[in-house]
Amino acid sequence: MKILVPIKRAIDYNVKVRVKSDNSDVDLNNVKMAINPFCEIAVEEAIRLKEKGIATEIIVVSIGPKAVQEQIRTGLALGADRAVHIETDAALDSLQIAKLLKTVVDKELPDLVILGKQAIDSDNNQTGQMLAALTGMPQGTFASEVLVADGKVNVTREIDGGLQTVSLTLPAVVTTDLRLNEPRYASLPNIMKAKRKPIDVISAADLGVNLSSNIKLLKVMAPEQRKGGVKVADVAELVAKLKNEAKVIS
Amino acid sequence: MSILVYAEHDNESLKTETNKLVHAASAAGGDITVLVVGKNCGLVAQAAAKITGVSKVLVADNVAYAHQLAENVADLVVELAASYTHVFAAATTTGKNFMPRVAALLDVAQISDIIKVESADTFVRPIYAGNAIATVQSSDSVKIVTVRAASFDAAANDGSASVENVDIVKVSEKSSFVSAELTVSERPELSAADVIISGGRGMQNGENFSLLHGIADKLGAAIGASRAAVDAGFVSNDMQVGQTGKIVAPNLYIAVGLSGAIQHLAGMKDSKVIVAINKDEEAPIFQVADYGLVGDLFDLLPQLEAAL
Repeated sequence: MKILVPIKRAIDYNVKVRVKSDNSDVDLNNVKMAINPFCEIAVEEAIRLKEKGIATEIIVVSIGPKAVQEQIRTGLALGADRAVHIETDAALDSLQIAKLLKTVVDKELPDLVILGKQAIDSDNNQTGQMLAALTGMPQGTFASEVLVADGKVNVTREIDGGLQTVSLTLPAVVTTDLRLNEPRYASLPNIMKAKRKPIDVISAADLGVNLSSNIKLLKVMAPEQRKGGVKVADVAELVAKLKNEAKVIS
Repeated sequence: MSILVYAEHDNESLKTETNKLVHAASAAGGDITVLVVGKNCGLVAQAAAKITGVSKVLVADNVAYAHQLAENVADLVVELAASYTHVFAAATTTGKNFMPRVAALLDVAQISDIIKVESADTFVRPIYAGNAIATVQSSDSVKIVTVRAASFDAAANDGSASVENVDIVKVSEKSSFVSAELTVSERPELSAADVIISGGRGMQNGENFSLLHGIADKLGAAIGASRAAVDAGFVSNDMQVGQTGKIVAPNLYIAVGLSGAIQHLAGMKDSKVIVAINKDEEAPIFQVADYGLVGDLFDLLPQLEAAL
């Protein structure tokens, strides 16, 4: 079984982003970048399926400028077998990303595509579902458990009221939620080995996908800052303030 | 201008998110139709017909829609979408699941998790866990929008719209429902609660969350948790408040043993009043709290319960 894992280069989880002074966008100059955390969970899940003998090959794919090869190398060091880099400097929306990924799906014919449920930069939560729709695949989003057997995948999903399990016919798309697994760290020998694994570089312009978007970013503002309030001495003062000052309890 | 609003419900009752969606839709302007998709959801449709500002309710009541599987719902909405300029759904796990499929099948973008409607084509949405607020304009022929319900007031319930059945049935052979394990609680849902009390890593384990129960019962509060508490296995993920969990804006939010990581603040900083209880007086949560109480939560929580 072949698994395709699309990954995104995003701002490091611990970095607090700043808005540019002209409000045109956020400032990512000299900001630490990493694999989007949910994508890392996707890579880990694919590796576990390979370790169980279910998957035979893992391909990571990433879209963006040359710099995304850093994250591709991380994916290879974690255990992916080979990679595809779709090179473009354009800022793309989820729909264009999904269309580019579809060209990889059409060529590689994976049995399973595992993606992160959302990227922590755009916070869109769209790409996996869009790819599923464009390729006619069923989807299991926000997965906390993935069981593959007999040409099907059973996906347990984190939903608002609890958990839901769906059964999908392969090939299928799965998007990861945070409890699916705990990603491993790449070992030094594997990081060295990853340098020799193949990356197939394709220009996005050669894939016949219209890369223009109908969404225009008008401005980006810093959020209104909430001011810290007062410290109270004890529970009695807290309850009194909530009753008499804030009037949120009676 | 005509807006299709996808009703949030569980086949038995209509969720207040729907009223908030209608309010958001009315800010965009135009005729509002509510679509109820489910199985045996007649009561939901009647409730939707009462929402102020709704001119029509469409009901697709079929076993194919019992669990609102994304494949079936998306194909239905795509077929209906031709008559509308906008489709609005709540940014819940239901809306997030099927709406991007609708957008992709219509070959348009989706605008996720909006917190404000500037005009019929311009919307405001948080990015980077709410550390930046983007204003975006769409020139797509139909705008596919998910709405952060907590950011909008609820439309009232003094309307009387007509209810029509929709006979379109879409069934994917590739996806089927197996089972659901829903959390049963007497307490209000996080997304609808006026008061929320949340625990973080400082709770130390899942059993200690029972310290929050008595307080929650006295305040009629829902119980939430930080991602750290969920990651540590203290409580289930459906209690998670934050960037990747639920986004809430109650009147009162009490954060207990919770440091206030930016990802958590993203989910609750629009609460009207925030209380923080933490033994670390340098914890970032105090920077956003209206009232901070420094001390050991294991001493303070029983005191608080007794004082209420």
